[in-house]
This record gives sequence, structure tokens and C-alpha cells, in this order.
Amino acid sequence: MMKIKTPKKGRIKRELEKRAPKLVETGRKTLILQGTKTSGLLNSVLTEIYHLKKESSVRYTRRNDNVRPFESGGETSLEFFSQKTDCSTFVFGSHSKKRPDNLIIGRMYDHHIYDLVEVGVENFKSMKSFVYDKKLAPKMGSKPFIAFIGEGFESVEELKHLKEVLLELFRGEVVENLNLAGIDRAYVCTALSSNRVLFTHCALRLKKSGTIVPRMELVEAGPSMDLVLRRHRFPNDGLRKEAMKTAADKPKKKEKNVSRDAIQGKIGKVYIPDQQLGDMNLPNKAKGVKRERREAKMNKQANGHASKKQKAGSD
Amino acid sequence: MEEARTMQVDLGNLMAFDSGHDFPSLPSSREELVEKCLEKGTELVQAIADALFNLPSTEDVDGPIVKLPQPTTKLPREKHLPKPKPPTKWELFAKAKGIKNRKKDKIVYDEQTGTWKRRYGYDRVNDDKDIPILEAKATDEVGSDPFAERQADKKKRVEKQNKNRLQNLKQAATAHALPSHIQLAATALPITGTQAAPKKVSKEELGNVAGLAATATASGGKFDKKLLGEKKPKHEQKHRKFLPVAEGTGQGSQEKEQTDRVLNKLLAKNSHEILNVNKAVTMYNVKKEKKRSKQKRDDSSNSSKLKPQKKVQKKPIKNGSATKGYAKKGSDTKGSATKGSAKKGSAKKGKSK
Repeated sequence: MMKIKTPKKGRIKRELEKRAPKLVETGRKTLILQGTKTSGLLNSVLTEIYHLKKESSVRYTRRNDNVRPFESGGETSLEFFSQKTDCSTFVFGSHSKKRPDNLIIGRMYDHHIYDLVEVGVENFKSMKSFVYDKKLAPKMGSKPFIAFIGEGFESVEELKHLKEVLLELFRGEVVENLNLAGIDRAYVCTALSSNRVLFTHCALRLKKSGTIVPRMELVEAGPSMDLVLRRHRFPNDGLRKEAMKTAADKPKKKEKNVSRDAIQGKIGKVYIPDQQLGDMNLPNKAKGVKRERREAKMNKQANGHASKKQKAGSD
Repeated sequence: MEEARTMQVDLGNLMAFDSGHDFPSLPSSREELVEKCLEKGTELVQAIADALFNLPSTEDVDGPIVKLPQPTTKLPREKHLPKPKPPTKWELFAKAKGIKNRKKDKIVYDEQTGTWKRRYGYDRVNDDKDIPILEAKATDEVGSDPFAERQADKKKRVEKQNKNRLQNLKQAATAHALPSHIQLAATALPITGTQAAPKKVSKEELGNVAGLAATATASGGKFDKKLLGEKKPKHEQKHRKFLPVAEGTGQGSQEKEQTDRVLNKLLAKNSHEILNVNKAVTMYNVKKEKKRSKQKRDDSSNSSKLKPQKKVQKKPIKNGSATKGYAKKGSDTKGSATKGSAKKGSAKKGKSK
């Protein structure tokens, strides 16, 4: 006995449909939360990241003692939160003596952990400490320019991973049409060494130049910090293959042997192999067939006797 | 402008990556470092802007709008690809027969009233309840209600449709293609044998289960380790109460009281004159209710007019013993009540613990 449960309100149905898996995906939401202990610095880092991504992120302010992404059992809470808030990226901040000012940035696939990268924050400068012309201040939700500098981002696996994660975190909504008047921010990430990245957020000033393309000027606006690579976890290959699949990947199978005609419509050819009628078995053993065979046998024997008699006669 | 270094621009993401540059020596002061980074950043951003502003743009009220190309960096999906829904039974049939779906209007012209009415919903076109007269056919049984039959038919059709819908959804569920807003929930576990559905256990019953297990111990579960949040049992699990070994002064002998109680109980059972009013009233009420429910059942099955009138007979009132605790009807109730009240004290003593 089964019962069909459907939501009673249209609003809830629409919410559920928004959260359902789609062929072409829109942007990910981010969950920002903290662990057992945080420092003041880390708190401000988390709030600033939240402000940078205001529309597409959820901030949890309570301590979560049982969240330990790198341990085997410590990810169940995260997965539960991800399911409840429909967030497939998370930024988890914690502070301990061994790992001060720690940020774990992770992604999820189907609400299960896909990959993790752990960075430490150093030389943090908050948004409030920068003084600049207020007219340039970037508006919330505008699509940013992202610049990655340094060959480390290509050669070092972890930095490559970090690049991907940072891109996903900060790129904003995937849009098709962009209003050129609304460009006002840029993120610059520089690989200073094989495990250190300088991350900074700048406002853009567009200056008139001779051509259509304006001259860009970067004014440091938002938070600036050094990210020191600590631990990381790459996604396992099978999961990665599955997650990278897109709908356009598998090309539509071409229908063979089908053609269209204006008069007849859809035409196909039916190919029949040659039939060897002599070798084929009869489908059903009819009684008549058996009797015929018996009679034939008897006749053969009779002929055999007759021929023998003849031979005897001849001799 | 010559580009000595390798630069990759992903216009769909507004991203630029310069893999050629390497810091040969880190500048000493932080400010210099930051400046250098910004310088490089400006270069990259300029490169993106070059490509961006050269895209064909359409003029709009807010500003020029460009159509961004698809992003080139491949990023992992956040959810799995949705599986295609298997076709439902009707869809297969329609495909086989070549039946195409025709769009229906919400408002249809109703010939009967001459107005435009909805095709479904409130005040619809062919509503069952709007039909005033149904002509009897030769095949109809005598005494059958055609309106009720029509309703029953409709109910059957609706049930069949629901069953088919459930089957289609189950098929979709096996193919992992259930629509996102629908959930299939099992209402009852499959049982082999009896048809009865398992009864839902109430909160109280669950709370009593621990107490039931505690009766297995000699101390009645008093010293059992309790879980977090478990409350003490409501009443004593011990069912036998023993008198104290040594008795204090100032009270009557408890043993004497105990034996008195037993004696009174025995006497009360076999005595004809003691009346427990409460018990009598309860017994009377129960009898009345049973009679009433029986009558109701009988009434619903047969029509009341055809049933012979039952004479409600009163029981002959006998003096004294024969009632035995039954309440006496009529004028005698008061008398018995007073009689009972005189003996009420002792009766109460006898019946109560």
C-alpha cells in the first residue's frame, strides 16, 4: 500500500522544483559556518565573504562542534545542512593552536562531499580598513572579473584545485547577457609560491580611452588576505567523471537505416538473410509427418527386400 | 600589444589566467608586493575587457548589453543529471495508436443553460448533481437508485485512475525519475497472513513499554539504569505489598484492618441488602447504551415503518432480594437510595480499597 504525497501549496511545489536536479545548472549556493572555536580575525573573514556573496550564500552563526570535514564521520552534519539549505559549496572556519585561522572550502555533489581544500588565513585586511572613493564601491551581486597570476596555478596540483574552487566561489551567477555598465569589481589571486596565494578584491574604475574599450584601473577595496595551503582532498576519479558529465556530452545517436521521403514519409529498409529451405526444421511435429516417416521407412525396407529378391533372382 | 606570456581568457566566466608569469624574487615589503600584484592584475583585467567590449552589443535603457559566450572552464555539476522519465501506460498507448494531445479550453458552452461554463470545477458543464430526472431503462432493477449508481460509477472511475497513476509513479520511481515534488510513502508494511493493518502505537504505550520490561525484575525496575530523559514509572511496579515487620504505636493495628477489609468484602458480595449506588448506575447506563445501539443498527437495516412496534416492558418490581444491586425503577428508586445510603457507609468501606 503506497500513498502519493504531494505538497498542498503551490509555493512549496515551486521551491521543490527549484531544488530538483536540472539539465543546465544555475549558480551554486554557499554555506558559511564555523566550528568549535573561532578567532576574531576568522569571524571577520567569514562575514566579509558572506557580504561579498550576499545573494547566494547562507550564514550560520552558531558553533558546530561535530563538523570535522576531514574526518570520516564528521561530514554528516555538513551533508545534512547542505540538503536543508540546498547549498553545494561550504566555507567552514575554525581556529586551533595547530591550525590557526583555518578555512576549509569544500564542494558537494548530490549533497555528498566531493572535494575539500584547507587554507590558513594570514595578513588579513578587512574591507573597512581600505579608504577609497565611495562612488567606486562595487554593488552587491555584480559579476566580477577574476584574474589568476602565477605559473604555480598550472604546475602545482593543489593550486590548480584551489584555483577551481576559488573560481566557483566567486564567479557569481552564470549569465548569458551582461550589462557593460554594471562592471565594477575584480578579484586578483596571485600565486606567490607553491603554497601561498595572495587574494584581494578590487573595485574597477573605467577610464576613457581612445577606443571602445575603456582603460581599467584597479582600486583595492575589499578584503585582502594570504591563503596558505594546508590539507586538501581531491575528488575520487569515478565521482569526478560523473560530476563532469554534461547533457551535451553524449551526442544523439544517429538513427541508422532511416530516411525521410516527401511522399512516403519515413522509410526504412528491411534486410532479410537468405533462407536455406532445405536445412530448416519444421516448426511442429505433426502426427501426419511421423506417420509419413514411418511409412517411408517401411517402404524402404520393403524395397530393400524386393531388391534383394531381385538380385537373388538374377543370380 | 605583444603578449610575451601565455594568457588564457575565459570570457564566459570573466576570468583570465596568466600562467607565464613567475615571481623571480619576492619584493621585500608587502606594499610593493601588493602593488606588483595589482599591476599584473590590471593587465589581465584589461585583456578581458578588451575581449568583452569587442563583443556585439545591443543598446538598452541601462546600458549596452552583450551576450557572453559559454564558459570554457569545465566545472563539476552540483547535482546529478536528471534521468528521463519512462513513458506512462497512456503515453505508450497514445504513441502506438498515433493519438495526439489536443488543447482544451477552460470555458465551454453549456447547451442546457445557454451560458458559458467551466469544463471542470465549481459550476461545471456536465455536473452529475445538475441532472433533475433520469429516465428508467428496461434493464434497471426495481428499487435501485440511478443517481447513487452514477455516483458509485464515478467513484470507481476515480479510484481506477488513482491506481493507474500510482502504478506509473512506481515505475518512474524504479527508474529513479520521480518528479521532484512527489514522494511515495508506504502506509502499511506488507503482512503475510492477516489482513489487519498494524495498529499505530501511541505515545503512552511506548512510554509504558519500559515499565513492562521492568516487572521482570524482583525490585520492579526500581534500580534499573535509566536513559537520558526517561521518566520514573507512573505507578509502583510492585504488585504485592507486605505489612511492615515492626509496627509503630499511635495507629490501629494494620493487620487487624487488613483482615477487617477482607471480611467486609466477602460479606458484601453475598449480602442482598447492601447496594453500591455507583456500580448500579453504571450497570444501568451500560445496559441502556447497548439497547440503544442495537436499536440504531436495526433501524438502519430495516425501514422503521415496516418493523412491528416493540412494547417496552418494565420488569416486575419485586421487594427485597431479587434486584441484587440492580437499580429499582419508578418510585422505588428513592426508597432504595435511602436504603442504600444507610448502608452506604459500610458498602463503601467494603468496596473501596
